[in-house]
Amino acid sequence: MSKTYEEINAKIRSGDVVVVTAEEMVDIVADLGPKEAAAKIDVVTTGTFGPMCSSGAFLNIGHSTPRMKIGKAWLNDVPAYAGLAAVDLYIGATEPTEDDPLNREHPGEFKYGGAHVIEDLVAGKDVRLRADAYGTDCYPRKELDSWLNIRDLNEAYMLNPRNAYQNYNVAVNKFADRDIYTYMGVVKKGLGSANYCSAGQLSPLLNDPYYRTIGIGSRIFLGGAQGFVYWQGTQHEPTGARTEGGVPKGGAGTLGTVADLKQMDPRYVVGVSFLGYGVSLALGLGTAIPVLDEEIAACTGVSDADIVAPIIDYSHNYGLNEGKPFGHVSYADLKSGEIEVEGQKVPTTPLSSYVRAREIAGELKDWVQAGKFQLVEPIQSLPGPDNSPGFKLFNNRPVEEEGGE
Amino acid sequence: MAESRIVLHFPKKLLDQPVISTAVERYKLSFNILRADITQDQEGLMVLGLEGEPKSIDDAVEWMREQGVRVQPLEKDVTRDDERCTDCGACIVVCPTNALAMDAQSREVSFSADKCVACGICVPVCPPRAMSIHF
Repeated sequence: MSKTYEEINAKIRSGDVVVVTAEEMVDIVADLGPKEAAAKIDVVTTGTFGPMCSSGAFLNIGHSTPRMKIGKAWLNDVPAYAGLAAVDLYIGATEPTEDDPLNREHPGEFKYGGAHVIEDLVAGKDVRLRADAYGTDCYPRKELDSWLNIRDLNEAYMLNPRNAYQNYNVAVNKFADRDIYTYMGVVKKGLGSANYCSAGQLSPLLNDPYYRTIGIGSRIFLGGAQGFVYWQGTQHEPTGARTEGGVPKGGAGTLGTVADLKQMDPRYVVGVSFLGYGVSLALGLGTAIPVLDEEIAACTGVSDADIVAPIIDYSHNYGLNEGKPFGHVSYADLKSGEIEVEGQKVPTTPLSSYVRAREIAGELKDWVQAGKFQLVEPIQSLPGPDNSPGFKLFNNRPVEEEGGE
Repeated sequence: MAESRIVLHFPKKLLDQPVISTAVERYKLSFNILRADITQDQEGLMVLGLEGEPKSIDDAVEWMREQGVRVQPLEKDVTRDDERCTDCGACIVVCPTNALAMDAQSREVSFSADKCVACGICVPVCPPRAMSIHF
């Protein structure tokens, strides 16, 4: 027996839809089996809340009088990209404040950056815009220093090149003689910690491992707003090793996402600082998976015990693209608080908030039940293992003399 | 027996005085220095654990105040902004006393002020900067 998107959307409209979160679906599939679960459940909601560095926002600030073609721009002293039309800006999540001491005194604190600007905008706070320009006949203005508020912008939307990594590494520190400061947090020396970052059984792409229901045009929860998938994310790489259940055993698929910043909630858009590393954006993202058939029901029943992640050394191997993982470990084990690496007991520490992931899946469930969130059949599927764009390391061709090929 | 954790601020004039050793001797207390610094304006700062009879601890604190030391209870000094905390858990592994811990079921991060020794390591490690230290 199978269902169509239209049948499920009709149930959403009539209020008869049966929705559960991916966490609730684990027991349902275990108890009823995938066939009966598929007959009973229409939609499974997922959620994740963690640092997603490849995020940012486009802002159209409106034309000033006199007009200005902005050359360089700073939002609360964080540089924004202005190499677009006159008053379009892009603020990237990881951009630090221009005068940030960075890692000159290691480990740097990175107290404020693009992600914090985005959070402040979403929270309705005034942000100071400074801009300069060389001036043209049609755009004579050369300087601007003004408060900016999201309500005054023409457009403000998040456009993220890469979100919702399908699975991720577990970071350990085997070789350094000190704690290391990474985008996975502080990783303690002597295999002193194992830092992981995934919502596991609640995570969007781990519940749809072959991207059967998520693709270009899919409606999603992004930062508290309803947004869309516009493309596969950068570094989308679906060809790696998978478990028997089809779940990738390491980083694999990713999503390119877009949503209106004006509809977002600062609870799900949080500027974060990683000591010694930099700024990032902790972002909430969720999907609603239509249970079209038994196979999808089985996939959404995946539990933390069924999902494994590779244990990678971040003190040497990761940075130099060397070595192999010290094996794989399940999210159930990671969540127990301690894992074993090379015969040693290692305490675990997460970076992604399961509490907020659960909250997002719950909120999305409410939206679907209330008829506020309809499902969209993808316009085009994301590349799968058979038609992957590939994933290459940088082809470094050092420039010694003049000219390339 | 009781245990009390306190933050002591020594004005410059007391920096060369044996205030702690006199106090613990006089009031028969044992002590554990959790942290000691001299700040930029040459004020001494110490986080101290005191153990002894409850009345003796109170009397020792009173005596130190009379000498000119400013005394605050420790638990007021490290605080968490619960609105800012996202329950991510990045702090768990750096906290030396398990004052920051994650509940296995709810996955919420709890902060137990009574276990905190005000080392301050969590403050810059917390990604949304929910922890702060005040002396």
